[in-house]
Amino acid sequence: MDNTAISFEKQVRRTKITGIAAKICIYIVLILWSLTTVYTLFWVVNNSFKDKTVILTDSFSLALQPVLDNYINAFGRLNIGRAYLNSFIISGTTIIFVMVLAGLAAYAMTRYKFRLRNTLYLLFAGSLLFPAFSTIVPIFKMVYDMNLVSHPLGVIIPQTAGNLSFAIIVLMGFMSNLPLELEEAAFMEGCNVFNIFFKIILPISRPAFATVAIFTFIWSYNDLFLQMVILRRRETYPICTLLNEITSQFGTDFGLMAAAVTIVILPVLLVYLFLQKNIVKGLTAGAVKG
Amino acid sequence: MLYKDKRPLIFFLVPALIVLGTFLYYPFVKNIINSFYEINGLAALDGGKFAGLQNYKNMINDPFIRLALKNNLLMMGFSVVFQVGIALILALMVDSISRGAQFFRTVYFFPVVISATAIGLMFNLFYAYNGGLFNQILTRLGFDPVLWLSDKLGIYMVSLPVIWQYVGFYFVIILTGLNGIPEEIFEYAVLDGVTGIKKIWYISLPLIWDVIKVCMTLAITGALKVFDLPWVLAPNGAPKGLTHFLGTYMYFKTFISQSAGYGAAISVFIVILGLIVSFTVNKLFKRDTIVY
Repeated sequence: MDNTAISFEKQVRRTKITGIAAKICIYIVLILWSLTTVYTLFWVVNNSFKDKTVILTDSFSLALQPVLDNYINAFGRLNIGRAYLNSFIISGTTIIFVMVLAGLAAYAMTRYKFRLRNTLYLLFAGSLLFPAFSTIVPIFKMVYDMNLVSHPLGVIIPQTAGNLSFAIIVLMGFMSNLPLELEEAAFMEGCNVFNIFFKIILPISRPAFATVAIFTFIWSYNDLFLQMVILRRRETYPICTLLNEITSQFGTDFGLMAAAVTIVILPVLLVYLFLQKNIVKGLTAGAVKG
Repeated sequence: MLYKDKRPLIFFLVPALIVLGTFLYYPFVKNIINSFYEINGLAALDGGKFAGLQNYKNMINDPFIRLALKNNLLMMGFSVVFQVGIALILALMVDSISRGAQFFRTVYFFPVVISATAIGLMFNLFYAYNGGLFNQILTRLGFDPVLWLSDKLGIYMVSLPVIWQYVGFYFVIILTGLNGIPEEIFEYAVLDGVTGIKKIWYISLPLIWDVIKVCMTLAITGALKVFDLPWVLAPNGAPKGLTHFLGTYMYFKTFISQSAGYGAAISVFIVILGLIVSFTVNKLFKRDTIVY
């Protein structure tokens, strides 16, 4: 993944697609497939600025006189603002928990040699294969006993557990490549393990933590299954759960639906465009996690 | 010497292990135990009755399990053929062009990061009988509108967005694999007169076989985990439970018809199936790895 930039330059020499016709065909196919994303998203955003009755008959024309009713409805009637806040609280806290716990554990796993090390590693890697279905009922029971149903923590803690193994493995991959010399020098200067962790390891590992934070955000923000089970009161719904409910209630109001989709996708689109490289890297590296 | 003293290990490892133990490993084991109990309703989670293998026996006679399993298998087939297939073709094409590769990579990958819920809502707008995107296109072209989520078409229409969403994911993995092939190999090939399609067939494909294998394993195991999109597009397996997958049926049984023990058995079945399938795929597509 690191050498993609170089590789893209290499391709110039590699290809030698002779014949302008072949080249044009290739570009046509590639552009057609990109339209399945670009045009569909455009269609949705464009229609979110139209009156709901107009969409039914004429969804292809440009919304030259944008109507904001759908957005006013979404924030007023559906209270999407509140759902945003809930999503932000849940995903934000999960990210912090995951980074702290995984950072500490990954450091211990890469630097210390101890008897259970390999067993632990197998446990971490193995848990990547647990689908959410296989833990949900006991989790619900525990959350229920802890009185955390419809409480953000009821989602945050299980989500932290669900993302932790993957985060540990990603961070281990990064930390095991860090040279030991720096830490040894610091030790000679009188630093203890905790100083070394907080003053040296954490700052150097920032890129890896960024990757972890991004994929935790995407998984947590996009998760529906766990949130649907744990969160039962509407005021506590984050974006995805609220959206799922909208479908059954306002499914026929195309304008409102289009606006809702736009509102959900927007934060992800912004994060994606700014941090694209890290995301692609993180998600494909974590290919095992479903 | 720095890491000789093992006491700090407790501080570093214990917090993560407590969270993982309590909210991942314990529920996983507890769920397997639950699957041997008859538990009606989530309130009765403590007071289930031991039922031995009854839940598993019931699964064999449940027509919906067979249907859901069939749908999951269908989804696996689609995933391998279309997700990985389209991804491979697109990756080979993007690998062969000199301009715009970065643009295609950005666009193709984007659906992967959108929530399945949003994509589900979006496709609801496309499939709607009155005024949906697909039917508007059909009417413009002079055809009659189609009922997309019908008994017959439903399962294909529910699969379509799932397939579409993840093409970009495999595309990026395969493209990375292609980029990793050293330049010299292609130069020698050209000297030997191997060009065009032949070059792809005899050089690129064998060299990225491992990557394709990984993609197939991921696509197949991923097909077992589908939940969000089918649930948003066709809640409760609508119409008539015909679009149920094992995951959605497990949710339906556990949280709607309140048979938690039976739901647990279904989820254990999903885990076992996942293990068997990934094992088989790896055996089936085993080929000598080419080191370069």
